[in-house]
Amino acid sequence: MHNYKLTYKPFGERAILIEWPQEINEAILYDVLAFKKVLKSEAYQDIIQAYCSLTIVYKHPIKEFLKEVEGLKNTYKNRSTFINSDSKTWRIPVCYDSEFGIDLEEISKQTKLSKSEIVQLHTSPDYLVYFLGFLPGFLYLGGLEEKINMPRKAIPRILVPKGSVAIGGSQTGVYPQESAGGWNIIGQSPVNFFNPKSNTPCFVKAGDKVRFYSVDQTEFQLIKEEVLNGNYKPEYIE
Amino acid sequence: MIKVLHSGIYTAVQDKGRVGYASLGVPQSGFMDVYSASIGNALLKNPRNTSVIEIAFGFAKFEFKSEQYICLTGADFSAKINQQTIDLNTVYRVNKDDVLSFGKRKYGVRTYLAVQGGIQTEEILQSRSSTLGINQVKLLKEDEVSVLKMEDFIENSNAKIKVNEAHFISEEVDCLPGPEYELLTNNQKKALQNEFSISEDNNRMGYRLNEKIENTLTTIITSAVLPGTVQLTPSGQLIVLMKDCQVTGGYPRVLQLTDYAVSKLSQKTTQDKIKFQIR
Repeated sequence: MHNYKLTYKPFGERAILIEWPQEINEAILYDVLAFKKVLKSEAYQDIIQAYCSLTIVYKHPIKEFLKEVEGLKNTYKNRSTFINSDSKTWRIPVCYDSEFGIDLEEISKQTKLSKSEIVQLHTSPDYLVYFLGFLPGFLYLGGLEEKINMPRKAIPRILVPKGSVAIGGSQTGVYPQESAGGWNIIGQSPVNFFNPKSNTPCFVKAGDKVRFYSVDQTEFQLIKEEVLNGNYKPEYIE
Repeated sequence: MIKVLHSGIYTAVQDKGRVGYASLGVPQSGFMDVYSASIGNALLKNPRNTSVIEIAFGFAKFEFKSEQYICLTGADFSAKINQQTIDLNTVYRVNKDDVLSFGKRKYGVRTYLAVQGGIQTEEILQSRSSTLGINQVKLLKEDEVSVLKMEDFIENSNAKIKVNEAHFISEEVDCLPGPEYELLTNNQKKALQNEFSISEDNNRMGYRLNEKIENTLTTIITSAVLPGTVQLTPSGQLIVLMKDCQVTGGYPRVLQLTDYAVSKLSQKTTQDKIKFQIR
């Protein structure tokens, strides 16, 4: 197992920021998750994980920062490799019809790719879920094909519909709720990514993968109804 | 029950917020001014994190449907029970059909209405705090929120404490260097010591400041942000994140306010001045 050179910084009175080399890649993500897995203490209020960092928020101000860091360094040494045996690959239906994919036309112009080529490129990778952030249930996905990278819109939309599937720069994602947003919208998923009243409010977690597949309007409506009735079970490949 | 007769500008139920749900992307939310909210709960002998009603900029009006012990803390908007002016930081017993209303602003932004036993709305992810995408965001006219049956507590029935004026008036905002502070030039660090004023864009998610500082830093790879994180945006504008902020962000984090400073800042609004006191 590769030991990265981590840096530990105080982050206010009661948080410690742990940073890996600042780059986005799978190996670093798996090491971040491996460390997170062994971080357990009554003293912690929460742990915020991102691409190449962990932030431990403590319940109370940290009295001895250096001593706390020594403890964390030992914990890091004693971690075990992240085993992605309980990581799943989720199959997520998306309707790429122009009714939903309101920016497809523009992307097609910019990239000189046909709409169906864009859909083909968007549905081919297994995207790695790096972490959740921005909105409850919003997945930060890695693995978008370079050919369909698309700069964010200069003026964000005030209202992006829930379920919108969008591209922002080299990132792609699904808006889990109605929100303002500057990404280019290419379709809509009928799947609900966040249910605060469920025991598992979001079925996807960091380290999982997501594969989009194209559905037509009829299938979209059928799945949407299942979701509304509470009968929809997200599909996955182990 | 407490019935909302007027919802005011931004009136919402708050408690300590949602802690432990960052991995789902759930904002912490909770009392903006933890300091003032905890005074009300303490005087009523409630546990510290008991849910209260947070009222921004007064204007709201409530009718009590049962007798109840209440306590108002935080901003002073000349509160009245029926026609009678009442003091802040003081426990009052209200009767059925009493109406609580607000008038002229004296100081501060957010007033807390604490009741004995706390507001009994539904808990979602272990909190009653109002957050977009989680539960109802604001209280609306005609809404009714449940409260517990009044219990007597004689020895403390007229409990009160003096208002700490500095909390509302002082411009000093205590903070520590943020994770990207050391990437700043000496000139930029010096500029952070100037006086800043709060822009119109200030709410429970964050306060944007008017005065810009020169920005030579690029964005960072998306990483954690916290309530009280001061971000330096590409245009040079500073944003102080508040309780409803996202869990991650991509702008350099140049300062981090103390918990108490977040409470203090939440009593300030458009055009108010602040000075960062960097420890």
